[in-house]
Order: sequence, then C-alpha cells, then structure tokens
Amino acid sequence: MSEQAQPFELPYPAIDPLECKACGRCIAACPKKVIALGTKLNARGYVFAEYAGAGCIGCLNCFYVCPEPNAIAVHVKAKEAK
Amino acid sequence: MEKVIETRGLYKTFPRKGGSALTATHYCPGCEHGVLHKLIGEALADMELQDRTVVISPVGCAVFAYYYFDAGNVQVPHGRAAAVGTGISRTKNNAVVVAYQGDGDLASIGLNETLQAANRGEKIAVFFVNNTVYGMTGGQMAPTTLVGEKTETSPDGRDPLQTGYPLHMAELISQLQAPVYVARVSFSNMAKLKQARQAIRKALEIQRDGKGYAFVEVLMACPTNQKMNVEAATRFVAEQMEKEFPLGILRDRSADVRPLVRAESDYRKETLDRLLHLDTDRAPDAQLDRAAPTLQLKMAGFGGQGVLSMGVILARAACAAGKFTSWYPSYGPEQRGGTANCGVVISGQPVGTPMVTEADVLVAMNRPSLEKFAGEVKPGGWLLYAAEIGEFAAPAGVRTLAVPALDLAKEGGNPRAANVAMVGVLAGLDGFGLPDAAYREALAANFAGKAKIVAQNEAVFALAKRWGEAHRA
Repeated sequence: MSEQAQPFELPYPAIDPLECKACGRCIAACPKKVIALGTKLNARGYVFAEYAGAGCIGCLNCFYVCPEPNAIAVHVKAKEAK
Repeated sequence: MEKVIETRGLYKTFPRKGGSALTATHYCPGCEHGVLHKLIGEALADMELQDRTVVISPVGCAVFAYYYFDAGNVQVPHGRAAAVGTGISRTKNNAVVVAYQGDGDLASIGLNETLQAANRGEKIAVFFVNNTVYGMTGGQMAPTTLVGEKTETSPDGRDPLQTGYPLHMAELISQLQAPVYVARVSFSNMAKLKQARQAIRKALEIQRDGKGYAFVEVLMACPTNQKMNVEAATRFVAEQMEKEFPLGILRDRSADVRPLVRAESDYRKETLDRLLHLDTDRAPDAQLDRAAPTLQLKMAGFGGQGVLSMGVILARAACAAGKFTSWYPSYGPEQRGGTANCGVVISGQPVGTPMVTEADVLVAMNRPSLEKFAGEVKPGGWLLYAAEIGEFAAPAGVRTLAVPALDLAKEGGNPRAANVAMVGVLAGLDGFGLPDAAYREALAANFAGKAKIVAQNEAVFALAKRWGEAHRA
C-alpha cells in the first residue's frame, strides 16, 4: 500500500493540450471514463481532452486510438525485470 | 520504475510540414491515418527496422507521410507505389519497403500495378487504407464505396447498375499464388485495433525476413468527407464497412515460406553499358562543360524519309564527341508513311528534357513538317528543308536553306541517303562543335556490318559537307 504513495506508481495519461484536436476518440475508448473534453480552447483553437486526475488503469487505449503522434503519452509502472 | 508509452518511429517534430504547428499532423481531427502511422512507426522502432525501411508515400491525404515517418521516404505518383516499391526492393535487397496507399491510389489507378506486384510476390508490405471515399480531392466515389453510399459523385448513393460494386482488394489479392500474407483489419473497437496492430507487425516481420508480399487492408472512416463525427464514423465502419468487407486474416503462409533471395541486381555502369551495347569507344563518358551552348535540333518528315535515323546519326556523333545527348522520337503507329519527327539535344551538361520546343536547327523533309515546325525555330537558327518542297515563306530572322538532299545522295552513290546528306550539310554549315571524326564514327556505327553502305554514306556525307561549306551564311 505504501508503494502507491509514490506518484509514478499510478498510471496516468499525459495529454498535451496544444496537440489535441478534440476528436473524442480517447474519450470513447477509455474504459474508466476518466477523460473528458474541457471547455478552454488551446492555441490552435480546439477544446482539448483532459484527464480527470485519478482512475487511470494504464490500459493504453487512449494512446493507441489517438491519431495525433504528440498528443498522448501514458505513464505506467514498468514491469519488474525477471 | 516508471515507463512512458509514447509515439515511436515517427519524427518528434515535422519541419517539412512548415507552417506554425510543427508538432501536429496535417490530418483532420479524428482521421485514423495518424493511428495507422503510429502503429507502423511503433513496429518499425520495436523491430529496429527504421534504417532499413523505405516508406512510399502515395497520392491522397497521406501524400505527406514522409513528413512523419522516421525512415527512408519516397513519394510517388498515383498508384505507382507498387512499381517504385518493386524497384527499391530489387535494387536494395535488404530494404524493408512499405507502400502506404489509399483506395483511390491503390484500387483505382494503381490496380494493375498492385495486382502485378502481388502476383510477382514482391517484397513489399502494403498498407491499404480503405475508407470508401476519395479524401484529398474532396469526397468523390472510390472503387470501394459501398452500394448506396452517398459521395460527392454519387449524391443519391452508389448505384451498382451505373458504377458496379465495391472492389474487395484483400480477396482479389488473396486469389493470387505468390502473396505471403493478406489480412483485413479495422480500428472500430479496441480488440480489433489490437488485431490490426498484430497484422501490421506481421506484415513488417515478413519484410524483415525478406519473405515476400504482405497486404494489410485497413478499414477506416473519413469523418470529414462522410460528414460524420467520430462516433458515427466508427459506427459506419463497424456496422456497414465490416459487413461488406469482412475482417480477418485471409492468408498467412509466413511460417511455410523461406526468405526470397533473388540474384543480386547489378546496376554498375559497365554492366549497363554492355547490356545497351555502349561498351565501345564510340560512347565515351560525357564531359561536363557548362560553358558549351545547349543545342536543340529537330528533324521532321514523312515516315520512311529517314528523319529518325538522321537524328540518331547526329546524336551518335555528339556522343562520340563526349557531349551530353538525348534523342527523342515522335511518330504515328504506321510502320511506313505517316509523319515522324525527332528532337536531339546536345549539351555540355546533363540534358534536362529531351523535348525540343525551341529549335536551333530544324530539318524538314516535307512541306507539312516545314509548315508545322517552322515557327519553333529560334531567331538566328537554321531552317533546312528539302529542295523538292519548293517555294516557302520563311519566318523572319531565321536562316533558311533549300537543300538538294536527294540530288546530293544520288550523286554520292546512295539515293536512299538523303538523310545522310542533310547531316553532311549540317556538318558543313556549322559542325556544331563536333569534330569530323565524330560524324564519321556515327555514320559507321549506324550501318555497322554493312561496309558497302557505310562507304556510300561516307561519300554522300563528304559531298554534302562540301555543299554545306559552300553555303555558309
């Protein structure tokens, strides 16, 4: 339990607000429904997807369905080396 | 330990794209090209294939795929990826060739080449984006448009009585014997996306191992042209496209086939010279001389008057003199009769285009050719025409000369050599920087093995050259 106190132990999507084109694919693909479109516009004129801040299970769905190469990276716990 | 799952195999920024958003793709919001780019890039990076890979960008929305793939890139005209891919694969045996093509590019204009390349089992991984519509050009009907589907050019829905039925490319390719792997995939839910990811990796593994042709058809939506949001577009793929184009692996022979090793391609210059009979001292390497003028000559007449070989003789003479040279014929389908012309460009540097549209010299052997091409002669240029043509109103500023080529040929002993006489007159008038020996070599080469004709032509040439010298302006 104490391990979860370390921030990198919990997976999370890092969404770059500038790169999002608001297509909504990540929102539809998220099994935990923890991504939603915000209301602010980015510098390119799109509203952008935002992570709720908790609930990510590191499934990578949002990463794989996102068409913009630089919009989403998912931080997960690395598997223990055997 | 933390691990970051991020895009790999693509550039971090896209400087070739230009503009203000150098980290964004040029694709519309929701377009799945980016999804496919990421999957291909990831596979290339995972397999450490980027340095061996040449990605062929198509014509279509993915025309700029080379902005993105961190690998070797070429971009080719519509439908030509199969041909160019064949060339790359055969010249670079170790290359991993990726052809990225859409439905208009591959299934319409490129259908022939696609099937031929598949049938030859070329070592190419083809990623065929089928979104049932022409994207880049604005939403016209594609070969794969569904029956009843509305597009810009099928506004009431595709009517099979008028435009036939959707082409099933994966099935067509799977009918052939040579392909190693054929699959159809989509991204319409996560399970299918994961299967697509496996199929993409499989197709690239087959290239890594040099096993042959792999074809992956990827069903995608085009939210922009289909005027749908992402949700509706995804539903369209799942409920309509996948019904018409069933997903699955249609063929996988990868475990059974051995790496395809063709004989090493030999494109050394000496080999090509031997194949093209250029391995003689008559065709020395051209010498760069940027100060030398570029000469454009055109010969025109009836078919059978020898205008094409007149050009060949001049071109051979120029080659023998170490000039960069092109010869470019234009003629009708008739073996005899009809009209023919050719352009010869002689230069001190590589010839950009063999087309002659502004001639330094026009040689016209009949009236229609004279009238057709006289206007193309540059001011100060030469216009030579067969004397039999008779009266002719020459354009101003052009040096004209009626040449009794037939008489010179008869006098020289070969009445069929009016074309050689014209070359002789040209040599006498100007020479165009080509030494006499180069002309003689060209004459000898043109009738090699026919000593009698060569001797006659030499006589005609010598006579005509003297005539030309006597008529210098």
